[in-house]
Amino acid sequence: MSLELRDIHKHFGPVRANDGISITVETGTLHGLLGENGAGKSTLMKVLSGFHSADSGEIILDGKTIKLASPVDAIAAGIGMLHQDPLVFLPFSVIDNFVLGSPGERRLDRAAATRELNELSERYGFNLDPETPARLLTVGERQQLEILRLLWLGARVLILDEPTTGISADQRAKLFVTLKALAKEGMSVIFVSHKLEEVADLCERVTVMTRGKVVGEAELPVPPEQLVEMMFGQAIEIRDRDQVSLGSSHLALDSIRTATGLLSEEPISLEVQAGEVIGIAGMEGSGQDTFLRICCGMRAPKEGRVAVGGQDMTGKHYRDYLAADVKYLPAGRLEEGLIEGLTITEHFVLAGEDRSFFVDWGAARKRAVEQVEHYTIKGTEASTAESLSGGNQQRVLLAMLPAELTVLLMEHPTRGLDIESADWVWEQLLARREQGTSILFASADLDELLRYSDRILVFFSGRVIGELDASATNVDEIGLLIGGRRSGTEGVAS
Amino acid sequence: MSRVNSVLLPAAVVVASVVGLLLLAGTNPWDPLKIIVEGSIGWPPLEEGAARKVGDTFMVWVPIALASAGLIVTFNAGMWNIGIEGQIIMGAIASAWIAREISVSRPILVFLVILAGAVGGLLWGLLVGVLRTAGGVNEIFGGLGLDFVALSLTTYLIIGPWARSGVASTSGTDPFPEDSYLPALGAIKLSPLAVGIALLALVGVWLLFKGTLYGLKLKAVGRNRPSSFLLGIPTNRYLLGAFMICGALAGVAGTSQALGFHQRLIPAISGNYGFLAILVVLLARFRPFLVIPISFFFAMIAVGSSSLQLRLDVNPSLGGVLQGVLVLSAMFGLGWAGYRALKEMSASEAKAGSG
Repeated sequence: MSLELRDIHKHFGPVRANDGISITVETGTLHGLLGENGAGKSTLMKVLSGFHSADSGEIILDGKTIKLASPVDAIAAGIGMLHQDPLVFLPFSVIDNFVLGSPGERRLDRAAATRELNELSERYGFNLDPETPARLLTVGERQQLEILRLLWLGARVLILDEPTTGISADQRAKLFVTLKALAKEGMSVIFVSHKLEEVADLCERVTVMTRGKVVGEAELPVPPEQLVEMMFGQAIEIRDRDQVSLGSSHLALDSIRTATGLLSEEPISLEVQAGEVIGIAGMEGSGQDTFLRICCGMRAPKEGRVAVGGQDMTGKHYRDYLAADVKYLPAGRLEEGLIEGLTITEHFVLAGEDRSFFVDWGAARKRAVEQVEHYTIKGTEASTAESLSGGNQQRVLLAMLPAELTVLLMEHPTRGLDIESADWVWEQLLARREQGTSILFASADLDELLRYSDRILVFFSGRVIGELDASATNVDEIGLLIGGRRSGTEGVAS
Repeated sequence: MSRVNSVLLPAAVVVASVVGLLLLAGTNPWDPLKIIVEGSIGWPPLEEGAARKVGDTFMVWVPIALASAGLIVTFNAGMWNIGIEGQIIMGAIASAWIAREISVSRPILVFLVILAGAVGGLLWGLLVGVLRTAGGVNEIFGGLGLDFVALSLTTYLIIGPWARSGVASTSGTDPFPEDSYLPALGAIKLSPLAVGIALLALVGVWLLFKGTLYGLKLKAVGRNRPSSFLLGIPTNRYLLGAFMICGALAGVAGTSQALGFHQRLIPAISGNYGFLAILVVLLARFRPFLVIPISFFFAMIAVGSSSLQLRLDVNPSLGGVLQGVLVLSAMFGLGWAGYRALKEMSASEAKAGSG
């Protein structure tokens, strides 16, 4: 099915998310859509999948102009969208999720649907048990479920929005194999990403977007520098790791263990020095977030002791950890970080040191204006949190950190950010490190882990399966450990 | 164009539904409205007996305004304080208890009665909060349950320990000692003190969210509890705080009912003004100063609709239906206008962009 987008405009108030975009996707091709965050890729794909209606422009499918008023229209026309966070109902079983979006309301033939799910699953080499609750699936498996569901509903154009976020290297490889097979069967695949190498690996053609406009198109392969230049106007160089001398013990975990669930089997001990950066690798849900929550006092370990700066903090409340300058920034920036509906100024007041009962809004606004400029936040002091792009939300969160920090715990510091913002985030973090802050960060980006960590802890199914010296390891070794294989051995560690 | 629409459209929706409702009720649209105005503030305004009517309307306005002020606090904290009715009732009961049991000089007694109302409502509100924060009981269910408990307690007191001398009757207790009444203007019920407290409460709530860190933190907790917790805000303590502030204000509304308007305890002492205040606050979109006229209008309907039966042979509950329809149609109209404005804006942006 060939697809043409012609002169698509979509504005949100003053923001021109899509400003006259035209793209043609040929039948049976893997088409990459590349651009930094906030370039308008997601908006364009939401227009194409019926979530937003375009202000103007045409969508032409096999030569016919179509109107999409809702996602139902889109899938009926054969356009299926796989969202960045797969739209899976976690309490439902795999098969319930599978049939949930099917048209009609009265008849539900579960047996037939199960059969078809199994057939599709087998055809693409997936291993999905229809009766498993969806909450037990990994992010990668949820994607597989979504892909099968869309195929079942008759999708002939498949849109994938940043599909490799949060899935393991193995699952990514499998996803790519599947997508290539689908393209060979005549499916048009649109692969939306901000990761150059993935687009280069997978796609046959690429369209590059910046600030709501198409800035380049190319048949692949082309040298990556050329793509970077299209995206940013210049090639970005990779910085070297600086050596920082480590100081006294900032965080010490002595054989901690939780009562049930993750981290309940093997006790974990770790000592982190001032200025040390610890990377935390592992598949999503392998115990990293439990571990970080123990480190900041949001969760108490059942066994073991936690000390911050030599002080025993075991069993203390999260706010005591805060007072000891331990700060935790979880992955969900709008869920566990910023507050929807409040302005940047209000955020700075909440995070500020001034505890007086009446707020001096004049001074607060002035400070916020300075911060917005200093942290190069795209927005104004009166912008609300949800109106900012992911990169700018991260900037606000970093700007809200207290001046003194002993330990900074972060999940996915650069997830979903473009290269420029990601570099900026790490500049800030490395500056903190020079001041002696110890940083522990969880990431799914192996390059990021290797580049910035001193040591890397690899989590696998609730245990630390490996502790590596970042300067003496490589992507392959970490990748194997993430998948549960200790290097040199063949079997999955149990 | 769109600015005009954002006013005209909701207004048209409201007028259409009110007129439609009145036609359905079997009257022409203007007679009931005229009667409501006549019955609540008098028409023409200076006619004989208008002072008494205005006084009554103000004394209905006071509890609605106080409860609305409290609800703005709990709504901002992200809580649906359906328990407001119970908080009004417990305020009334606590005030009544002081009025019955204590005899000191009048100014001190009035002060004690108001204080008791605030404390009674505060504790009842705190209970909803504790159920929510410590027991995980949703505040809507906890509040509703406590409403029933408070209502039953009133009935029990009226036919039991506080029964009228001679014949026990569900119509209410004996009037309280006159020294405990909120000071009123001569023969009419209007109490400047009560009106003053209600205005002060609204100004206080406005100030709370406009200028204080406490208000900002309450708002933060209401909009995103996990983020607020991570920022170091003790979220549960703030939720309890919101319930206590709201409960205290609702309790004083109860005082105004028991010792201002009815001057005794009756079974329906809250007058359902707590529920009415929820509608007022939604319509005022949580803005304290908009509460003043809106709750006054609602008070007019409440007072004025009682003569509907007499004059038009229409059931007086039409007043309540009218209030409900007003709020729903206004909210629908506002939402619709907002949606249209949004569409229009993006369409004209697109035109400007491509042109």
